[in-house]
Amino acid sequence: MASSGLAKTETPIDNNGSLERARVLRSMRLGDVLFESLTRTAAISVLLLGGIIISLFIGAWPAIKTYGFDFLTTQRWAPSLKPQPILGALGPVYGTLVSSLLAMVIAVPVGLGISIFLTELCPHVLRRPISIAIELLAGIPSIIYGMWGFFVLGPFLAEHFQPAVIDFFADVPVLNVIFAGPASNLSLFNAALILAIMVLPFITAISRDVFATVPVVLKEAAYGAGCTTWEVVWNVVIPYTRVGVIGGVMLGLGRALGETMAVAFVIGNAFKIKASLFAPATTISAAIASEFAESDGLHQSSLILLGLLLFVLTFMVLTAARIMLMRLERNQGK
Amino acid sequence: MKLSSLFAAFGLMLGLVAPVAHAADISGAGSTFAFPIFSKWADLYKKETGNGLNYQSIGSGAGIKQIQAKTVTFGATDAPMTADELKKAGLVQWPMVMGGIVPVVNLDGIKPGELVLDGTVLANIFLGTIKKWDDAAIKKLNPSLTLPSTAITVVRRADGSGTTFNFTDYLSKVSNNWKADVGAGASVEWPVGVGAKGNDGVAGNVGQTKNAIGYVEYAYAKQNKMTHVNLVNKAGKTVSPTIAAFQSAAASADWANSPGYYQILTDQAGEQSWPITAATFILMQAIPKDAEASAEAIKFFTWAFKSGDKSAEELDYIPMPASVVGLIEKTWATQLKLK
Repeated sequence: MASSGLAKTETPIDNNGSLERARVLRSMRLGDVLFESLTRTAAISVLLLGGIIISLFIGAWPAIKTYGFDFLTTQRWAPSLKPQPILGALGPVYGTLVSSLLAMVIAVPVGLGISIFLTELCPHVLRRPISIAIELLAGIPSIIYGMWGFFVLGPFLAEHFQPAVIDFFADVPVLNVIFAGPASNLSLFNAALILAIMVLPFITAISRDVFATVPVVLKEAAYGAGCTTWEVVWNVVIPYTRVGVIGGVMLGLGRALGETMAVAFVIGNAFKIKASLFAPATTISAAIASEFAESDGLHQSSLILLGLLLFVLTFMVLTAARIMLMRLERNQGK
Repeated sequence: MKLSSLFAAFGLMLGLVAPVAHAADISGAGSTFAFPIFSKWADLYKKETGNGLNYQSIGSGAGIKQIQAKTVTFGATDAPMTADELKKAGLVQWPMVMGGIVPVVNLDGIKPGELVLDGTVLANIFLGTIKKWDDAAIKKLNPSLTLPSTAITVVRRADGSGTTFNFTDYLSKVSNNWKADVGAGASVEWPVGVGAKGNDGVAGNVGQTKNAIGYVEYAYAKQNKMTHVNLVNKAGKTVSPTIAAFQSAAASADWANSPGYYQILTDQAGEQSWPITAATFILMQAIPKDAEASAEAIKFFTWAFKSGDKSAEELDYIPMPASVVGLIEKTWATQLKLK
């Protein structure tokens, strides 16, 4: 192969040959121009985002004008009150934050545990099957999670898990308020659990990939110095991959904040904030999905304002993550 | 994920702008409650006449907006517009088909129709002031039943719906507390309970939860063989949810003296009337933008009143009584300008 290629370049270039080359070069240049304009078009489509924000703002304006900052501090959601509805975002915002944070509290340790097992401890034969099973979880449509949560998980938790927990913490102050009865098929806790299962594959897949990038030399040096597996993971693997792991967690959190259908099915859609995790609640996206179709006027405008709030909330979470990463890197430099 | 949800949001916005229909086809939009019967009728009508009907179940509120914007031939709403609103918008309104709303329970040892409730007790259960099944007020209505001393789980709709509008309208009529604290609407501020999506969600959740009470459309209660509750109506009689009881409510309403047929069929007089009966109303422009399409639509409605009763009953809807249909046809002749 190599010799024939050499032979070709060594043949003298006649007129015909240089024309040929110019033609090929021209077509290559055309390809480049095409590629550039194609990618530029793709980049410009980001402007759509701005358009969406503007249209959300226009739609939300009547609600902003009517309720102002009270919208953020009002817990009542009474769309049919006469003469004017009283609407506030506190319930859905609380539900969104608590369900997502709780989901992360469950999913992060489990997800990191799975990926540490996969990269450090798992026998080679099992690695692929377990990885594939976890990644399959990411492919299940959210409506399926919702229906499974509604028909299977909810009744199971309400019958077996919740009563046991309620009894167990009955005499413990604070915890007996957080885990207060009665048990319910649809609750904030159920939603958080479903969300945790949904974000698990994101956290697992990303942290597994970044764990695999840790140089073997580093790990072997640590083992050689007499470290246990736990010490290697905690002192070598995680510090080395911190940025990637946090990225995976944030991706999961972003998904949890915006998840709609699965949550709308299992959370119970109650706007009143209850201290108990076993009581029904609602999230921003679940409220919009449930009520938008039959809403009008101020009610609809308030739902759009809720959507805008979710935008802001997600943006703030992502910004906080960026700042955290920057601070981590700066501290590392010292 | 981000991107897909943006696309979903975008799709939603596009969905709100109903496409302009073909010249020949009739287009309608609105009530989700009436969607199954409209699609069935459209199917049969297409087979018989070759004319199509394109109905989008986008919700009653959106249906009203569409007909006001003149983007559809007719709108359909579960909450009727008042005579003043109709006049201002230049719309003609009439009831097209009815349905019943039925409270359902899940109680050990209680069979369908055994438990009896009246409006006040029902309202107090949904207000959360009656908390247990062996409450004195419930016992008084059911002296022969043994009821458990367990907490009542209230199940209601999470999504905005005409079913909820009619149910809460009934509770507002029979309970001053309900009227003052909650009111009537497609979505309301529920004092207690869990919200499930759609009739099937409520039916499923009541079926799974012991000691639960919820409300569903008659069709769901019947098809899922749920334990329905008998209600005490305005005349003080205990009635079961049957087609005859729904029709009695429609026949008792004073349609002739209600401009725009503004009648909400809850809490009607009549010894046999089921107290939570609901109608879906059709809205059309009095002076239509497209007279040809409107004339086609009226042909469709005439056909539906004449030959659509059987298919309506098959889907557990209730056809309008003949006396009311006569009135409606007169309204068409006098109020619609189709030429």
